[in-house]
Amino acid sequence: MEKKTCLSLLVENNFGVLSRISGLFARRGYNIDSLTVGTTENAELSRITITVTGDDQILTQIKKQLNKLIDVITVIELKPDDSIIRELVFIKVKADDTTRSQIVEIANMFRANIVDVSRESLVIEITGTRYKIEGFFEMVEPYGILEFVRSGDTGLQRGGKILSH
Amino acid sequence: MIPLLASKLILKCLERENVEFVFGYPGGAVLPLYEAFRTSPIKHILVRNEQTAPHYASGYARESGRVGVCLATSGPGATNLVTGIATAYLDSIPIVAITGQVDRALIGTDAFQEADITGATAPFTKHSYLVQNAADIPRIIREAFHIASTGRPGPVLIDIPRDVQLENVKTGLTYDKVDIMGYKPNLNGHSGQIKRAIKKIKEAEKPVIYAGGGVVLGNAQSELLAFAEKNNIPVITSLMGIGAFPEDHPLYCGIVGSHGYKYSNVVMNGADLIINIGARMSNRATSHLTKFEKDTDFVHIDIDPAEIGKNMETSIPIVGDAKTVLSELIQKDTITDHAAWLAEIETIRSENPLVYDADPPCSDLINPKVLFKDMSEMTADNTTVVGDVGLNQIWSALYYRIIKNRRYYTSGGLGTMGYSIPAACGASFATLDKPKEIFIVCGDGSFQMSMGELGVIAEHQLNVNIILITNTKLGMVRQLQFDNYGKGHYSGTDINFDIDFMKLAEAYGIKSYKVDKNADFNKVLPEAIKHQGPTLIQCQVHPDFIRI
Repeated sequence: MEKKTCLSLLVENNFGVLSRISGLFARRGYNIDSLTVGTTENAELSRITITVTGDDQILTQIKKQLNKLIDVITVIELKPDDSIIRELVFIKVKADDTTRSQIVEIANMFRANIVDVSRESLVIEITGTRYKIEGFFEMVEPYGILEFVRSGDTGLQRGGKILSH
Repeated sequence: MIPLLASKLILKCLERENVEFVFGYPGGAVLPLYEAFRTSPIKHILVRNEQTAPHYASGYARESGRVGVCLATSGPGATNLVTGIATAYLDSIPIVAITGQVDRALIGTDAFQEADITGATAPFTKHSYLVQNAADIPRIIREAFHIASTGRPGPVLIDIPRDVQLENVKTGLTYDKVDIMGYKPNLNGHSGQIKRAIKKIKEAEKPVIYAGGGVVLGNAQSELLAFAEKNNIPVITSLMGIGAFPEDHPLYCGIVGSHGYKYSNVVMNGADLIINIGARMSNRATSHLTKFEKDTDFVHIDIDPAEIGKNMETSIPIVGDAKTVLSELIQKDTITDHAAWLAEIETIRSENPLVYDADPPCSDLINPKVLFKDMSEMTADNTTVVGDVGLNQIWSALYYRIIKNRRYYTSGGLGTMGYSIPAACGASFATLDKPKEIFIVCGDGSFQMSMGELGVIAEHQLNVNIILITNTKLGMVRQLQFDNYGKGHYSGTDINFDIDFMKLAEAYGIKSYKVDKNADFNKVLPEAIKHQGPTLIQCQVHPDFIRI
């Protein structure tokens, strides 16, 4: 059965590491739903979060193949129950004098921020789980979504556990 | 510390890794390295096309058990290495490929002879480096040899811009101990899994050991022999596993797969426990194994965790080195007796005998199966045979017997035509101090893919014997055309020119023979073996002899 899984990787900050990882997905026919990468507390290491969809056999292979890459230090699965997984989204919504206040009210309910205002539109910044963001989209859709951009999931394990090398 | 030119430092680092030979081809982006070769004890062997250089390194590595090294310039030199690197990757052969690159400032500008070779080879290298700073050279070369030769072996590429080779480095030969955060191969099997495996082995009534290239690469032949004998378990090999187990042993049960022996496939299908040691269960090995019982158990021993469960569901995975895990298994108390199963295997064997005749009968020319059977009787116990790809490969794999210290190399995973000549030359360079019999087996198709390398054979008077099987056809593809589309549906598989191979050999000063009868082959073979230096025996086989 196919399911969505969030993987968290600690990698060496070397030349070509990102292309090795994305290449691995491409050549083995695995789909990446999202991928985010950023620096860590250690300048030599980067942290990558990848969301993938596949059945158990494929997910196991993905983890093993990632572990085979020399630059990859640790791979863990972020399980929803003991992790925090969030995404950042900017949404540009049509808004004129008659609809603006309604949209702002919806944004407030979702604890989203208005980060840009013009005569015809609003840009809203929202952070949250996939479900919260889907809910927000549903609410503002009737006003007209002009465009949006999603950062992709990023996450950490809850509690004292850390990804170490 | 006196500054050292980076190109010299590179060769010093190779010396530290005990490199004797570099198989390469020069060009603009490696000029500084070639200048450094002049005063280095490392011998540079000039191949005749970069495409063959990784195969030399591969044959050298397989024969010597050490890392083979090849070298090419940037751009076309580097891209010519790609197939050979992929060949080594699919067969897990430890090689290091060094390429020149354009100057750092020119990278990404589509400069003359620029190619993104780390990008191009990413799918087929275990790891690769683009050297940005000459001070990193000692660490990178150390790591490259370590990564290539440990864990599951494989090719590593080092791409070095020309201007990096010209830097002066003050650090010298620093960096001794390798410490790579993300690379810690696991050699010892998990003790809990070993216990579970032992339990299964004790319970099994019809166990089979399926030995792959991992046993050969891991030098675990004597451990496998001891384990199989102690427990009376029959041994089947993959194509890459040829040489893992002596073929004259009563427990030996042949080669499995679409191109294996029929009886081996029947035996494997009948097993209730398959102990897979270092084989990846590729489609070619398992396509004739469709009838696994639901209760067939699989123990899979492999040094690469990603192999386990990739192609076949595994009941008991053991991640570890073949030699280490087998030694652990031997120590456990498992002595078992499978007399009934072994008797059943004898029946299977007699019901599915090896067929030496052509089907349909076609030939009063050479019977290649008989040729390799006879050759088994007439060659030394430490002979190395390098098979190319095609019918010649399967005939030599199935009918030349690998016993005692004999070895058989071929491009098993990628199936690269043109492998045999350069790989045998590499093996020959590895045995220069102790010359032995090395045979190249190729067809007229594969021979022509690498025949430029006759130049190297002649130049160095390598002690190799070429068994050239000619039928003026691309036999294996022709067989596929026959099987898939029927008789007469041949397309693109005729070699429409009868080459005078005797004159060609003469041009290179290679002693040559042409035979079209098995009896004549048997007459000239001892002569060819006795001859000091290279020989070629052209063996005429009927074009319709297309059965393996």
